[in-house]
Amino acid sequence: MPVPDARVMSKKARLVDRLRGVLPEDAVIHDPAETRAYECDALTAYKCPPLCAVLPSSTEEVAAVLKICHDEDVPVVPRGAGTSLAGGALPTADSVILGVARMNEVLEVDYDNRFIRVQTGRTNLSVSGAVEENDFFYAPDPSSQLACAIAGNIAMNSGGAHCLKYGVTTNNLMGVTMVMMDGSVVEIGGAHLDAGGLDLLGLICGSEGQLGVVTEATLRILRKPEGARPVLMAFDSNEVAGQCVSDIIKAGVLPVAIEFMDRPVIRATEAFVGAGYPDCESLLIVEVEGSDAEINEQLELILEIARQHNPVELRESTSADESARIWLGRKSAFGAMGRINDYMCLDGTIPVSELPYVLRRIGEMSEEFGLLVGNVFHAGDGNMHPLILYDANKPGDLEICEKFGAEILKLCVEVGGCLTGEHGVGIEKRDLMNVQYAEVDLEAQLRVKDVFDPKWLLNPSKVFPLDATKERRS
Amino acid sequence: MRRPETETELADLVASADAPLQICGGGTRGVVAEPNISLAGLTGIERYEPGALTLVAKAGTPLAEVEAALDAEGQRLPFEPMDHRGLLGTTGTPTIGGVVAANVSGPRRIQAGACRDSLIGVRFVDGRGDVIKNGGRVMKNVTGYDLVKLMAGSFGTLGVLTEVSFKLLPAPEARAVVLVNGLDDSQAISALARAVGSSFEVSGAAHVPVGVDGHPVTMFRVEGFAQSVAYRAGQLAELLKDYGEALIETDPEKTAAGWKWVRDVEAFHGLPGDVWRVSVKPSDGPRVAAAVGAERVVYDWAGGLVWLLVDEGRDIRPDLQGIAGHATLVRAAASTRSQIAMFQPEPEPLARISAGLRTQFDPRGILNPGLMR
Repeated sequence: MPVPDARVMSKKARLVDRLRGVLPEDAVIHDPAETRAYECDALTAYKCPPLCAVLPSSTEEVAAVLKICHDEDVPVVPRGAGTSLAGGALPTADSVILGVARMNEVLEVDYDNRFIRVQTGRTNLSVSGAVEENDFFYAPDPSSQLACAIAGNIAMNSGGAHCLKYGVTTNNLMGVTMVMMDGSVVEIGGAHLDAGGLDLLGLICGSEGQLGVVTEATLRILRKPEGARPVLMAFDSNEVAGQCVSDIIKAGVLPVAIEFMDRPVIRATEAFVGAGYPDCESLLIVEVEGSDAEINEQLELILEIARQHNPVELRESTSADESARIWLGRKSAFGAMGRINDYMCLDGTIPVSELPYVLRRIGEMSEEFGLLVGNVFHAGDGNMHPLILYDANKPGDLEICEKFGAEILKLCVEVGGCLTGEHGVGIEKRDLMNVQYAEVDLEAQLRVKDVFDPKWLLNPSKVFPLDATKERRS
Repeated sequence: MRRPETETELADLVASADAPLQICGGGTRGVVAEPNISLAGLTGIERYEPGALTLVAKAGTPLAEVEAALDAEGQRLPFEPMDHRGLLGTTGTPTIGGVVAANVSGPRRIQAGACRDSLIGVRFVDGRGDVIKNGGRVMKNVTGYDLVKLMAGSFGTLGVLTEVSFKLLPAPEARAVVLVNGLDDSQAISALARAVGSSFEVSGAAHVPVGVDGHPVTMFRVEGFAQSVAYRAGQLAELLKDYGEALIETDPEKTAAGWKWVRDVEAFHGLPGDVWRVSVKPSDGPRVAAAVGAERVVYDWAGGLVWLLVDEGRDIRPDLQGIAGHATLVRAAASTRSQIAMFQPEPEPLARISAGLRTQFDPRGILNPGLMR
């Protein structure tokens, strides 16, 4: 991270005074013992306590905070629930953390028009929770959904296991109330389907907290399907499993999820939760939705395709209990890998047709770098999650792991994919942006930030290579 | 009219332009009155991977060519773009770039999203003449800012599209339409809300107060595998029985024609008057029609998209004050256009942000300068 600005550090006392003037006393955290709680997000390899942290309770308070920081030229790092795997909420020593955790109210639910309006500190799962009694749900389901906040979902354009059918956050976001860095408040979109004018909503979603602080969001809600059922397929090679995914998609079925696990992950989860998975090279979990008859119709077709690929085993769920067991290993996969060692989770996306090749190359690179990799990911949309195992206590291991990770991401771009499918760039992949984008492509993005945040104070050291933003940040 | 045939030629043309560029694709959507650059020379599907559900095409590729290629593999563009020619009396060939520039989405928008939701990558020439790419050809991508969505619906004001990439959907095996006749507008919107709020995956929900036979008709569409379609159509008919007898139509040609009729607003074809397109929260649809007192109305998107046929030269925006949403003047005489803005003026500070983006992407103000202001 860039060297903290001494000029900003020196005015901490005045800044805290001014912030206390607009917020309740317990909403301004400046004691170094307490600011440490905000020193990192879920990318725990990097830590730095902020100058101070604020926890506003309303859009007005957020506006007041940003206006002060704008006046004082102090960088601000917005924070949802701090579950970013990319360092999106990592502070710098000269920044104010603006946490939206206290803003978690449901403001409006409208079933006739199928939307919910919430404050963005609300957790993803509790948005669905608010409409569950009427059998509705909010579709994007990142695996951190119990903890992660809608604010962070919007910042990173989060996906999840079910986005093959329902889309990611940007496809389910209808409107926002956003506070600009200068403290002005804008309303974009709303309960109507298409916002007018330029698609600013699309631009803001996924902008990693660099364009404004979204305090309220109007989200599309959907009626729950009548039912859902998974089927488990085991294969003796990754290539065959990858081909099976492609064939299912080509056949005209659109499962709600197609999840992939390879041998290292299968073994780790078996040792951890004992879901009863077969010992095989790769495994697919395919889930379809609808009434019983509709599910049968789709599964019949899917199983027919799977059989053509000589599966080691096909296991169709016949009860809720069996469904839960099929999902158990997948849902415990990250935890299971974490028991073996520390791991770094990547997030590149590739064209589905390249799955077999990329999986083979990752296997070869694993041997070259001498670090074990497990693959567990959303195969239907090509969003891979290679988990590279390393030992944080072994000097040099993290560096090798990062180098290996960068090589995998370069491979993803090489085959026509991208660096990140749903986690965001943050600090983690900042310096790889040049691999995917030419200078002129990045410059176009920087110019967008110039419009929203001319002083470059909002989360300024993220997303783009530091060299590319140096002049703008100073 | 200049008609560049390569991206480089276009970039040179923009870089060296010393007068405003009025850009069009096929010129069928009535957006640019007197175009001087056509993208119709930049054609061709560059990559189509049915197994990955993705397609990449040059911006000037005829929409029909894209649709034919997808049809051959049993796939389609999810968002069902409308054809404006019948409504506007235009001729020419709609292009895929024009669909994107105008973010054209049809009835399936309520289920599958708008054009911008299926768009996953763009290349474009900005107002400096620089060729810029954003997104790519994968379904999930959060690498940097999403200029892909920004370009969709920017009507050529931020850049000239040269290449567009989409995610696709399988075309369904079967389709059924459930019809309820004789409902008034508010009953119909209530019926539409009940249907789209069900678990039966309705992919079209429209109400036309003056239908083909002069009577109100409310339409619901389900698509998918044959057994599933039959099941859901039956369930919908049951769900809607409070509103009257529901008829189920499954004839492929009749159901296709019926939704094309809604999609292309055929109920207005050949009738005089200005055409407005209003986007509101679905339950506000009837309020819009009542406030305007339109000659004819077509409700799509469960009521959230209101097509209005009104007297020529009349600005309806003052009548819609207090109803959240926006109104676009889609068809009008040149004399009306000079008086009434095509697009709803934006409030501050949104207008300031939009103007700022235009200045950044087009510092000389030469790209479709009259539009979206």
